[in-house]
Amino acid sequence: MTTYSFQLYVAGLSERSVLAEANLRALCESRLAGSYEIEVVDVTKRPGLAEDEHVLATPTAVRLAPLPQLRVIGDLSDHRRAAMALGLPDISGPGPAGGTT
Amino acid sequence: MSTGGTEVIERLATGISGFDQIALGGFPKGRPTLVAGTTGSGKTLFAAEFLARGITKFGEPGVFVTFEESPSDIRTNFASLGFPIAQWESEGKWAFVDAAVTTAEMPPVVGAYDFGALAARIRHAADRIGASRVAMDSLGAIFTRFANSAIVRQELARISDILREDGVTSVVTAERTHEHDGVSRYGVEEFVLDNVIILRNVLAGERRRRTIEIVKFRGAAHRTGEWLFTIDPGEGLIVIPLAFLGHPATPASQVRVSTGNPGLDEMCGGGIYKDAIILFTGPSGAGKTLASLKFVAAGVAVGERCLAFTFDETREQVVRTAAGWGLDVNAMEEAGLLQLDCDYPEVASLEDHFIRIRRAVADFAPQRLVLDTLSALERIVTPRALLDFVIALGAVAREREITTLFTSAPAGRFTPMLTPSIAGEIASLTDVSVALRFYEDAGEIRRAIAVLQARGSAHDFAVRTATIDADGMRIGEPITRPTRILSGASASPGYLEPPAEPGP
Repeated sequence: MTTYSFQLYVAGLSERSVLAEANLRALCESRLAGSYEIEVVDVTKRPGLAEDEHVLATPTAVRLAPLPQLRVIGDLSDHRRAAMALGLPDISGPGPAGGTT
Repeated sequence: MSTGGTEVIERLATGISGFDQIALGGFPKGRPTLVAGTTGSGKTLFAAEFLARGITKFGEPGVFVTFEESPSDIRTNFASLGFPIAQWESEGKWAFVDAAVTTAEMPPVVGAYDFGALAARIRHAADRIGASRVAMDSLGAIFTRFANSAIVRQELARISDILREDGVTSVVTAERTHEHDGVSRYGVEEFVLDNVIILRNVLAGERRRRTIEIVKFRGAAHRTGEWLFTIDPGEGLIVIPLAFLGHPATPASQVRVSTGNPGLDEMCGGGIYKDAIILFTGPSGAGKTLASLKFVAAGVAVGERCLAFTFDETREQVVRTAAGWGLDVNAMEEAGLLQLDCDYPEVASLEDHFIRIRRAVADFAPQRLVLDTLSALERIVTPRALLDFVIALGAVAREREITTLFTSAPAGRFTPMLTPSIAGEIASLTDVSVALRFYEDAGEIRRAIAVLQARGSAHDFAVRTATIDADGMRIGEPITRPTRILSGASASPGYLEPPAEPGP
């Protein structure tokens, strides 16, 4: 099974940061059945990494694997749109989404 | 909120040529300043210059936040202006924050966000090199990428607050859609309302004209109005004319030098002061070019270097005219005592003529400077701009104690653009003012000469006759009969001026 790898860029321990992380974890739990890893990057502590990765907005979620790399900006509060943006499989079944889009 | 205007605003000298003079010292220190302008108005250059001059003139490192062009494009573009950005980066004097995002790369947005990462990156870069200056260019790009303008505005306000807290002086550039619109396109003035500068690039009289205006500096004095600026390939952005007025006044010279005409020297009270600016006015054929040539010859005769600009005639014409008075222009040049520069005014803008003349003055280091004639330059500019030009040139000459001669027709040859008030202002900027006129007497056209003013000297108040022979102009007796030569033909039907375009 494919292992998904994410980086989540947040700015400090704000409410928005906490919410984004919770949303990303919930998405992964419901759709990736445990085969995922998430690294949370606090840009206030590691600004050099944000510079290298050209991250402007926080929160920004980056899907590092599988390729292609995908990004989404925001707190991911709309799970359906966030899943689409990060190319996550549909809840209803494995593989590419087959239902209505 | 206004603080009541009692707070003294500390300034940060930008180091941009001439800008600190119109800003009366520079930007309000530790605050953001908005620089708004249409496409091609020079915003990016202004932002880059702000950092470059900080590095070269004050040793102050700076961070360039780019929203539009890539750092490599910026390095390349400014290499031609002599900014070694890559070298400065390796020396820790310049740092880029690359915030350029193409539309294709722009990630989708799901939910609320802020620019926390951008703020952290800017702060990180500023901390790393100890920056006291930050430039952000240009906001239009980020507003295009992020559709929610309210968020962008709020976040930029937050970033500028962070910079303010850190005591960093910043420049933020923004687009204007039209020259005569609000300050900027996206209402960004709301967060940098304190300090606003507008750059303009307009076509006026078929010529491109760049101006800079300080719209407001909260609580800080500045000069008002639009100031011309030019972008020089070697020197970058130069604001005219006050660029050169900030120098301490040099002590007035007590040394007197010759005008090249013994009779005129006598009328001026024994020659003119070495640091004087002398203005000859007169219609075509009255003897202005002759006076210029004699002025040069007098300098060359005592080993002074002379720099002459002619805007009316070709080099061949000048050489031939001089030869007619027994003066060998080529020999003077070969001796290294004369540099003659003949150009038509139309080949460049007035600002560029100014830069060229100033550079020639710096390179040739003359003791005398001639400009024949200002009237030719009227063809390419407004009277106000010509006045600025004369002020600026006067400052360049005075600073170096260069004896300077300008000539001018009392009215423009083609159009009477030089209004009496401007002519009067130009006259007031000069130390010695000499009028050459024609008058009619007993069916003959005669010449008259008068010294209208000679600052610091007891001069001859008489209007005298003048004749021109093989040696040049001879000054004769005072005209004692009641005449109104100086007031011109229109005021005095008895005396006429020759046609504006005399035959060959």
